[in-house]
Amino acid sequence: MSHISPVLWQFLVNWFKNFAVFPPEASTIAPYADALYFALVGVTITGLVLVFAMVTFFSIRYRKDRHPEAVQIEGSTVLEATWTLIPLGIFLVFFVWGALLYFRIYNAPPNAMNVYVVGKQWMWKVEHPGGQHEINALHIPAGIPIQVTLISQDVFHSFSIPAFRVKREAIPGRYTTVFFQATRPGKYHLFCTQYCGTDHSGMVGWVYVMAPDDYRAWAAGNTSGASLAQNGERLFAVMGCNACHTGTSQARGPNLFGLYNSRVRMTDGSTMVANEAYLREKILNPSLHVPAGFVPIMPNYQGQISESGLIDLVEYIKSLDSNYRLHQMMNKSVLDSAQPEPIGSANQGAGAAPVPGVQKP
Amino acid sequence: MSTIISLPDQATARLPRKSFLNEEYGIKSWLLTGDHKRIAILYLVSITFFFVIGGALAGLIRMELLTPPSDLMATDTYNKVFSMHGIIMIFLFLVPSVPATIGNFLIPLMVGARDLAFPKINLLSWYLYMAGGLIIFAAMVLGGVDSGWTFTTPLSTHYLNTHVTTAAIGIFLAGFSSIFTGLNFIVTVHRMRCPGMTWFRLPLFVWSHYATSIIMILGTPVLAITLVLVALERTLDIGVFDPSKGGDPLLFQHLFWFYSHPAVYIMILPGMAVISEVISTFSRKRVFGYTAVAFSSVAIAVFGFLVWEHHMFIMGVSQYSALVFSLLTMLVAVPSAIKIFNWTMTLYRGSITFETPMLYAFGFMGLFTIGGLTGVFLATLGMDVHLTETYFIVAHFHFVMVGGMLMAYLAGIHFWWPKMTGRMYPEAISKVSAIVTFIGFIVTFFPQFLLGYLGMPRRYASYPADFQVLNVFSTAGATILGIGYLLPMLYLPWSLVYGAIAGDNPWQATGLEWQIQSPPLTVNFVEIPVMDHEAYDYEWLANKTVHEVQTVG
Amino acid sequence: MDSHSVATAPGELVGGVDPHSHPSFLRHHFESVGQQREAASFGMWIFLLTEVMFFGGMFCAYLIFRNWYHPAFVAGSNTLDITLGTTNTAVLIGSSFTMAMAVYSAEMRRRSQLILFLTLTIVLGFAFLGIKAVEYHQKFVDHHIPGPNFSIQEFVHPSNPHAIPLSPDMAQKTQIYFSLYFAMTGMHALHMIIGISLLFFMVWRASQNAYTEGHIMPVENFGLYWHFVDIVWIFLFPLLYLISRYR
Repeated sequence: MSHISPVLWQFLVNWFKNFAVFPPEASTIAPYADALYFALVGVTITGLVLVFAMVTFFSIRYRKDRHPEAVQIEGSTVLEATWTLIPLGIFLVFFVWGALLYFRIYNAPPNAMNVYVVGKQWMWKVEHPGGQHEINALHIPAGIPIQVTLISQDVFHSFSIPAFRVKREAIPGRYTTVFFQATRPGKYHLFCTQYCGTDHSGMVGWVYVMAPDDYRAWAAGNTSGASLAQNGERLFAVMGCNACHTGTSQARGPNLFGLYNSRVRMTDGSTMVANEAYLREKILNPSLHVPAGFVPIMPNYQGQISESGLIDLVEYIKSLDSNYRLHQMMNKSVLDSAQPEPIGSANQGAGAAPVPGVQKP
Repeated sequence: MSTIISLPDQATARLPRKSFLNEEYGIKSWLLTGDHKRIAILYLVSITFFFVIGGALAGLIRMELLTPPSDLMATDTYNKVFSMHGIIMIFLFLVPSVPATIGNFLIPLMVGARDLAFPKINLLSWYLYMAGGLIIFAAMVLGGVDSGWTFTTPLSTHYLNTHVTTAAIGIFLAGFSSIFTGLNFIVTVHRMRCPGMTWFRLPLFVWSHYATSIIMILGTPVLAITLVLVALERTLDIGVFDPSKGGDPLLFQHLFWFYSHPAVYIMILPGMAVISEVISTFSRKRVFGYTAVAFSSVAIAVFGFLVWEHHMFIMGVSQYSALVFSLLTMLVAVPSAIKIFNWTMTLYRGSITFETPMLYAFGFMGLFTIGGLTGVFLATLGMDVHLTETYFIVAHFHFVMVGGMLMAYLAGIHFWWPKMTGRMYPEAISKVSAIVTFIGFIVTFFPQFLLGYLGMPRRYASYPADFQVLNVFSTAGATILGIGYLLPMLYLPWSLVYGAIAGDNPWQATGLEWQIQSPPLTVNFVEIPVMDHEAYDYEWLANKTVHEVQTVG
Repeated sequence: MDSHSVATAPGELVGGVDPHSHPSFLRHHFESVGQQREAASFGMWIFLLTEVMFFGGMFCAYLIFRNWYHPAFVAGSNTLDITLGTTNTAVLIGSSFTMAMAVYSAEMRRRSQLILFLTLTIVLGFAFLGIKAVEYHQKFVDHHIPGPNFSIQEFVHPSNPHAIPLSPDMAQKTQIYFSLYFAMTGMHALHMIIGISLLFFMVWRASQNAYTEGHIMPVENFGLYWHFVDIVWIFLFPLLYLISRYR
């Protein structure tokens, strides 16, 4: 090595120390995703080796020098069937496997802690239910299922945390959600992966996974004083919503108590579930679907409330639901009692509680 | 059945006195020609021009990504560079590459016709292509476009002040060029086949192009109307894709990918067309499972229309519709597997030689297998969530488009170069360039799979430092790849003057195009041929050769 | 597709019958007039297929938004003038008739009749565009053209006693309706304009006897195009004007 310049040598050493080839596994999803990935890599290598071996063998065995006379063969139905059905079977296995994982990633357990993320050119604005606000950073506790509700203020963005193996598009005008449960405290990349204009590559941040105790300390130290629901309550009064949504039976607007997650009958006979998307839609486009028994007299708030304000209002309406409050309290108690090894909460949503890195499907 | 064919002695070959190249002279005879062969040459020159531009832009991208910060150029410059790279490479190179050059040249020859059904429309489609190309070129010179080639709304409609509308008009025109090419092919294959040329005697090249044409005529109009709506949204603010007015940006995604997913089959099917011909010729054997290969092309074209939503799995579409589209995407992977296995089995008990086109074809098979199987990763719902919009996607489609299609294109250009020009390319250096291309390609794009799994997002001008090593590999590979592509651009023109005279059928191939002089006459066939044998019938060819020797002797 | 046979005038041989006679319009790369005709006709049908896909994108958008914003679409279509719309439908169907007659005249090799019917088709085409222009102008006066000057006044406080007033948020969605209305009828009108330009060219060619000596294919193919444009309108008219009329 003596003839390599020391500067170059140092450079190479530094370089290879910084040489990541595989992302950290930091969520309960990650081991499942990696298992699927390696299975797919296995199939790819098998297929490639098969083709490569056959091509190489035939090229050597049947090259012109050794095999000057080609033997004409029409084909073989048996072979055609074989290489139609076997790949098809393999692909179908992956279809089922992938679908299971997909449903796991995009369907949060009901007790998940909700965090709102608003994407805008070119930053991520995070709003915790307790009223903590962050930009390009997301602090979450390990061992607690977290549902991120995403929306974009302008163009398409995409919320990607490679270490968790999850990603979800933030779309203007509608909520999307993604679920994960972090397992290992640490600092992980947060990317915007959907091209969103000039500073797309600057729309990056960090996800800080903290032990529950640290998280509680962080949350207490960073609160803006009012939770999202409290902000929403104030906004509710300022906008004059309570003039109609009085909660009484003679009210001109529907009763909002216990509305969240209930099934609402519409004037056209259909029913809708009053989830976050429903609540947001009702504030902006009240007459799009009108609940049975009401007339579309609600004023239009399009353009008058920011996405953050909408989130506050949605959280406020959600807080009027006793079940939801119960979940929040349970979350808090789980958070309070959480041990380094996640327990309890993981069991309900994510199926069998995965001890990270041990169990694989 | 066994066949033995010895290649003809090229020393005795002579250039024909009269051919489509010297029938008429002057720039006007080229620009107003109706001859499909001359139009093919016009296309060849123009797509090479755009390929060089697109390739140079790719070089800039790789140079920028050598270091983590965006230091070579500003981020918006980088955005323009990758957008123009995508637009030029897809709409001006990959879509017309094989069909408009090699396909245009060969389809009438292969079906035994004197020309395509509508020569004037064929010329019109070249002019549309050039108009579209020059408008896109103008958009680039005047300041560029930074919407990405996907024109995602509402970014492209309300948040950019670059030449998006100009580029959309260019793509619109280039799109109509490809519609007319497809229309011409379909009518030619249906109505212009020579006597005895039944559907199942058509070379597989024609089958693949037929499938491609179906996608061109059914998919491209949808892209056209989508771009019209984008342009209207930008200029008149009509609101169809604008969520603040009640429009739906996801509708744009649906309409755009309804074309743009089938479009990847427009790009790869003609490549498969070339490979079928090359593998058969150089293993001196009929393609194994002719019917299966033919129908798998059509199956790809049909299923290709039913999978577009797999570009939107993470975009909040219904989870159950995602299930359906994932399943259908799995189905579209099967015909590609069928093709690969059939080509491999074509080698079995053949008599294989390793000329340059064959090397490119082997490269195609390897790289396309990787490209195709990594497509299964992305069709798998849960895996797609992690991999989509990262460098994994970039690597995947470059394996298919560059590793697959560009390899096939170069295979085809080398294979039919003697037929087009009457002269051979230099064999030794072209073999070197095939191998250099292959190595360069692997070094460039394989690290990108790893980068993708690490989570490096695509279209990033700057990236975290821990991704640098793999990016340096990739850039190093791109340099090698660049040399691999530069070599043919040098030796092929050289061979026009100094190349050995090829003779009519230097490869002893069976297609009708090889039974006439090279380069062909303007009328292609003095007498319309009568097809009295199956496709890839090497026995017929051997008998014919013997017969000719006897009659001459 | 190939339902017509070439009409033969007495005492004349028609291309395709006698292999030794090559009519001047037979292109060198076709073997026979029959092949040339079949190819051209088939090509035209394929082209119309691409046109179906072209309009299909907008029809798809229309169906989705209509489903979402049904009241807005109902209110929007009620502002259209059904009398003008119906007149235009009649005009267009009339023009299809004259076009069909033009094809017939070409088959019968009657030059002056062909020119007459082609000219009539042009006149009817212009009549359609004229009426369309009146309708567009009306929309302009009413501020119903999407964009910054769009007004929802008419939908929130309708002047029509039958109309159901919309809430402001739903009234905003009528802009989507009018965007699609202008995009679809505008694309249709563009096809009409292209068609009329071609008709002028064909009248000139017909006067040179280009189509009345057996070479009717251009007239026939243009007829297909013109009927297609007509059929697009036959779909646009009910979707934009007729569905959910108040009465």
